[in-house]
Amino acid sequence: MIENFDMSLVDWSRAQFALTAMYHWIFVPLTLGLAFIIAIMETIYVKTGNPEWKKITKFWMTLFGINFAIGVATGIILEFEFGTNWSNYSWFVGDIFGAPLAVEGIMAFFMESTFIAVMFFGWNKVSKKFHLISTWLVAVGSNLSALWILVANGWMQNPVGMKFNPDTARNEMVNFWDVLFSPTAVNKFLHTISSAYTLAAIFVIGVSAWYLLKKLNVPFAKKSIVVAAVFGLITSLFTVMTGDNSAREIVRDQPMKFAAMEGLYDGSKGAGLVAFGIMSSTSENGNDNMKDFNFKLEIPNLLSYMAYMDGDAFVPGVNDVINGFTDNDGVVHPSVRTKIEMGRKAIHALKTYKKAQKDKDVNLAQTSLDELNENFKYFGYGYFDDPYNTVPPISITFYSFHIMVGLGMWFLLLFTLALLFVYKESIVSNKWFLRAAIWSIPLAYVASQSGWIVAEMGRQPWVIQDLMPTLTAVSNIDITSVQITFFLFLTIFTGLLIAEIKIMLKQIKLGPNHGGH
Amino acid sequence: MFENLSHLALQQYWWVIDSLLGSILVFLMFVQGGQTLIYRLGKSDEERTLLINALGRKWEFTFTTLVTFGGAMFASFPLFYSTSFGGAYWVWMAILFCFIIQAVAYEFRSKPSNVWGAKTFEVFLFINGLLGTILIGTAVGTFFNGAEFTVNELNQSRWANPYGGLEAVLNLHNVALGLTVFFLARLLGSLYFMNHIEHEAIFNRSKKQLLYCGIPFLVVFLFFAIRLLVMDGFAIDAETGTVSVEAYKYLHNFLAMPLVLILFLVGVVLVLFGLIKSYLAEKYTKGIWFTGGGTILVVFTLFLLAGFNHTAFYPSNADLQSSLTIQNASASHYTLTAMSYVSLMVPFVIAYIVWAWRAINNKKLDLEELRNEDHLY
Repeated sequence: MIENFDMSLVDWSRAQFALTAMYHWIFVPLTLGLAFIIAIMETIYVKTGNPEWKKITKFWMTLFGINFAIGVATGIILEFEFGTNWSNYSWFVGDIFGAPLAVEGIMAFFMESTFIAVMFFGWNKVSKKFHLISTWLVAVGSNLSALWILVANGWMQNPVGMKFNPDTARNEMVNFWDVLFSPTAVNKFLHTISSAYTLAAIFVIGVSAWYLLKKLNVPFAKKSIVVAAVFGLITSLFTVMTGDNSAREIVRDQPMKFAAMEGLYDGSKGAGLVAFGIMSSTSENGNDNMKDFNFKLEIPNLLSYMAYMDGDAFVPGVNDVINGFTDNDGVVHPSVRTKIEMGRKAIHALKTYKKAQKDKDVNLAQTSLDELNENFKYFGYGYFDDPYNTVPPISITFYSFHIMVGLGMWFLLLFTLALLFVYKESIVSNKWFLRAAIWSIPLAYVASQSGWIVAEMGRQPWVIQDLMPTLTAVSNIDITSVQITFFLFLTIFTGLLIAEIKIMLKQIKLGPNHGGH
Repeated sequence: MFENLSHLALQQYWWVIDSLLGSILVFLMFVQGGQTLIYRLGKSDEERTLLINALGRKWEFTFTTLVTFGGAMFASFPLFYSTSFGGAYWVWMAILFCFIIQAVAYEFRSKPSNVWGAKTFEVFLFINGLLGTILIGTAVGTFFNGAEFTVNELNQSRWANPYGGLEAVLNLHNVALGLTVFFLARLLGSLYFMNHIEHEAIFNRSKKQLLYCGIPFLVVFLFFAIRLLVMDGFAIDAETGTVSVEAYKYLHNFLAMPLVLILFLVGVVLVLFGLIKSYLAEKYTKGIWFTGGGTILVVFTLFLLAGFNHTAFYPSNADLQSSLTIQNASASHYTLTAMSYVSLMVPFVIAYIVWAWRAINNKKLDLEELRNEDHLY
């Protein structure tokens, strides 16, 4: 059935969404984390009355403002792209997906935009406490914005709290709380925001390290490092914890994605963890998504332990998911071939049901409805012919995952060392560390983007796990239109990114004593 | 509470909320209108900076309202969202590009090393003000004049021509609404400057704009309104759901909903009162509240006219029976109920916005304040 779809339209639509989402995610994590760091700094200022802390707060606030604006600019398009480029998707799941977006607007965006004005313009107009509350509300508001969109994304990875309505041909929400508190959504939110806080902490440490290297604003830089390192150490530990929880969710709900992340083709009991691996250009089974390993460093039993807290547990690989397997709880997972058959039955039953409704054939409508309900769980598989088309691109998922985890470990060490050197009062003399801290800024962005690549590439070919393949979600539009908008976005966003980086660098060079611009 | 309401009642409730958001959005477009007047009202760099900073403290509200309006439409009427956005691709993309460039323009304009220069960001603001308003108005015009789409039995939509919605500009009535929004935004922008800035020359120049923009505004608005009253509309048969063309449909809607008609007329009077009083009085600064309040009422009632009284709010010219109504395009009863509870927070949101703004807008913006401000646009 794949041949019925215009795959190049699907690919261009995906490319455009990936481009706009990745650009947006350059700016968002810094906003989310810096908002809290600023709030902590201002709290110290209000508590101590020390004007030095006010200066520190205002400096980071200036950088926050620059970053916030471009985050807003790149964010608006994402909300509307669900309609412009993914129109079938926005109908099929709009009844569930739209609600978090609306709540986001009402609850979070207004809080953010109201109090950000007080935060920037209220220094001489409102009391210290009012200003401090406003700064905290900006942090809460921006993080609430992240909550709702991540709930929506979590739902796409693990659709819960809904029922398919054949009359409207869409999924409809039946339990808001199931959607909001789905473990996938909760883990996704916590892991994403804590990683964002970590990025912001690295940003503050990196910029401060540059001052220390240049012997500029030394007291300011040291104070900033202390706040950011404590904040970063806590949040990076939390990121590791939530990432671990998230992986355990994925192995149960999206075993194919988990196998891709770990580069596990054939599952086994007591599966080893590939700590490091290099994939070749040749592939297993002739499937381009499944590259062989040239080299891999494997730690025995660790993957089973991490996935199920049991070193002898069975972890399914890609081929197990394709051929079917029985998990550690004794639940039988049918083969993809069986799922394809069930999906086809569901699609056929839906068409028959619609026709029967039109012809007012009550009996046929009921039997086709029963068949639809029986097979709906694998509705989306009906669009595939070859089971191996349900395998995500493994090498990019594997590498992204390992880059993210490896860098995460480095960040933990970075925060620990920063605190240690500050405590020993030797941070200024450890020039290698200061340089490493500066270089960790781009690495934090690499880790952050890698996380999203794992999340989104790893779940391909699904836009809604098991229910809607990405190829059926696109709008029926002319491919040239998508190509033109792709390059327009690329040009505009790149132009704005260049401006933002230059402005940021200039503000950093001007330093905290500049007092604005 | 909400769960006991019928699906139709919830659909109407959400149409009212979306209409309210849409009308507040048009009022807040004084920011866009003001952006098109920066060079007309500001004769020196200092004056232009004053104007931009006056607008810069409000732009996020317009932006946030637009985003919330989009989110609310998605959530409450997802079939409209998937049909219009997926089909009228170029119209919506053009609108979005206008807003992307606005969001950075304020923050980047006066920053050193901004690469592209202050002038570029001022041009961004102008494009946003000019095209953003005209395109949004033109797009809303299709609520009355229809668009070229079809929807199949699985509710998947397809645009019936290759122009991606840009064909809407060929309809004079759509364009008239676009121009109405544009001139109205400029009028509201002028009134905002008169209210918010302490600067005599800017005040007097803004006042002149009330005449220069007021006359074309009245011409295009009257054309739009009169044509609306005499044109055919798209009626739904309450029994069968069949859509048909009905002569004088929107006039009939006004007559069938006298409260809507009264609110519309009150709105028009308030708009005109705010404009005339501000122009004639020597130092009147409250015009923004009358014209702004009137704008909200007029736009609100126009939305009600489009969606209520058995009217298809998004008619299809390609296939009449594909037309969208508040009943066939809406979210499920459960989702509308859940969101209705969330909507109870709206008064609370409005309250804290008012509270926060009162706290920091206790006096007019002047050059002196800007000289002491370290967060400048």
